[in-house]
Amino acid sequence: MMAKNIIEKIWDTHVVHQEDGKPDLLYIDLHLIHEVTSPQAFEGLRLAGRKVRRPDLCFATMDHNVPTKNLPTINDPIAKKQITTLAENAKEFGIQLADIGHPDQGIVHVIGPELGLTQPGKTIVCGDSHTSTHGAFGALAFGIGTSEVEHVLSTQTLWQNKPKTMEIRVNGKLGVGVAAKDIILAIIAKWGIGVGTGHIVEFTGEAIRSLSMEERMTICNMSIEAGAKAGLISPDEKTVEFLRGRRHAPKEFQFEEAAEYWLNLASDQGSTYDIVLEINADEIEPIVTWGTNPSMGTGVSKTVPTSADYESETDKHALRKALEYMGLEEGQSIESIEIQHVFIGSCTNSRISDLRTAASIIEGKKIHPGVRGIVVPGSWSTKKAAEEEGLHKIFLDAGFEWRESGCSACLGMNEDTIPSGERCASTSNRNFEGRQGAGARTHLVSPAMAAAAAIEGHFVDVRKYVKQAQEV
Amino acid sequence: MEPINQVTSVITPLDRKNVDTDQIISKEFLKRIERTGFGRFLFHHWRFDEQGNEIPDFVLNKPEFKGSQILVAQDNFGCGSSREHAPWAILDYGFRVVVAPSFADIFHNNCFKNGILPIKLTETECDEILSKGLANPYSVDVSLEEQTVTGEDGKVYSFNIDPYYKEMLLNGWDEIALTFKYDEKIAEYEAKRIAY
Repeated sequence: MMAKNIIEKIWDTHVVHQEDGKPDLLYIDLHLIHEVTSPQAFEGLRLAGRKVRRPDLCFATMDHNVPTKNLPTINDPIAKKQITTLAENAKEFGIQLADIGHPDQGIVHVIGPELGLTQPGKTIVCGDSHTSTHGAFGALAFGIGTSEVEHVLSTQTLWQNKPKTMEIRVNGKLGVGVAAKDIILAIIAKWGIGVGTGHIVEFTGEAIRSLSMEERMTICNMSIEAGAKAGLISPDEKTVEFLRGRRHAPKEFQFEEAAEYWLNLASDQGSTYDIVLEINADEIEPIVTWGTNPSMGTGVSKTVPTSADYESETDKHALRKALEYMGLEEGQSIESIEIQHVFIGSCTNSRISDLRTAASIIEGKKIHPGVRGIVVPGSWSTKKAAEEEGLHKIFLDAGFEWRESGCSACLGMNEDTIPSGERCASTSNRNFEGRQGAGARTHLVSPAMAAAAAIEGHFVDVRKYVKQAQEV
Repeated sequence: MEPINQVTSVITPLDRKNVDTDQIISKEFLKRIERTGFGRFLFHHWRFDEQGNEIPDFVLNKPEFKGSQILVAQDNFGCGSSREHAPWAILDYGFRVVVAPSFADIFHNNCFKNGILPIKLTETECDEILSKGLANPYSVDVSLEEQTVTGEDGKVYSFNIDPYYKEMLLNGWDEIALTFKYDEKIAEYEAKRIAY
């Protein structure tokens, strides 16, 4: 039998219909829904008199707009309308909803895995580009637009051209204090934000295998920032153990049966890809982005690039534009960049292990007087778990604000925005112009790097802190 | 959706690469629950200053490009978020065609669902059209049927397009209605689907 990679295996088991001159008609196993990209889809169903084909395969929550303090009050009337519209739609069409105030509520890409809805071998879609997160479990998960949301609601399928496949192999071992976030930022800095366009990426290699499930989610989450249709990682024992006992995971003997099926989905020895890229983990240092897209990043020990580093006029122009927006000088050292805000949160880095890592750096220290820091757990249950461990006390004692879960300052749709001209060390995924607020300047970093920057008031190599901790 | 075949208009040269969906439609405008009315928010932070006045240097504000239906940009257009509000804003503003050397996948898909024709030309061809359009207003005639972009100077640029999406755009079909024809096949699949 021909060796197949996991992408081919999942694709082939989901084709409902295939014919020449058309994309494949793919079955969708799980449809996650949030308030921002769904109202027009439900309205489309109503106007056409259509039903939701499989409400049992849908799960909805509110995350993008929800306030992270003073709940349940929602001051913004337009946001409130969008939130109540989702609640009404879920009720009308019979879809499970984790509403504001519900113990399952949270960022959709955090709660999917927490509830065990995310499973290996599933096709998973959501009207959100960071749906790629669920690929960490060996699922084929990708973001779709609102018209496609409507299509999935009506038919539980999507017409999809089979993308090309790409392997990104991360060899060797990651250094102490270097995070999963640094791996994915290093990959994007090395090959650019368009490298994955038209491809589904499988992340492989020793460094990926040694990551926890939560760290794998960080990697897959940002595969969209490399332009990839989806990013995934073959399941292994860690995947199985993460899912064991989760509410929506199979139970008892069915779980063992499922686990066997899941493990068999892993890419076969000798399977091939259209493109293979390799990077060595030991070359990766903590990364800080200095520009206005996620590929504009470099090691914390380095400097902001200069025009001389680029050949084409377009690239030189892009550098100047980015630095003008960011208020940085060519050749400036990364450690000299002073920050005014720290945001620990988002579907990239708001899980319990992210909060533990940040807390371990912060513990017993105070955040810099010039810095305002907020911590936004990815879900209610993450928040609860963190409080049971006392992590909230560490953050509060250091001077951070401890908030309710939601997308928050990652995109600033709620009140959590960064003022114009001010800088934020952010554990989120996008540093586009205006992403965190009009004129706001975003630097993407790992939770550990964000925590260290909060203490010092500027970027600093977190490996110093980690070494100190080890010596103690 | 509105069918599309022939579009003749002056091009709007947006000489930037990696134009992301946060720039196309900023997050503060995503809270509406309608599909229409997003055109006035297109490229908001590039078009308007903090007081809401037009920034005269920005290409969409130049009088010679008002009423243009064809946007031309550089590599990786539409990267970032899956928000369909981006193509909705582009369409509502009046563009029917976007030309670039490459598009981000989700944005590219979203165009086809809304009657917007995304045309991939080579980087050299896009550079050429952009420099013509930046020097003087430059009109082109787009034909989806012929898969060509013909400049007012007679220069013809050919493009490839997936035949399935070409058919959808030419006819303005409702994809969901088409998929309902496969209802039995979907039911057959569901009967034997592996699900835990």
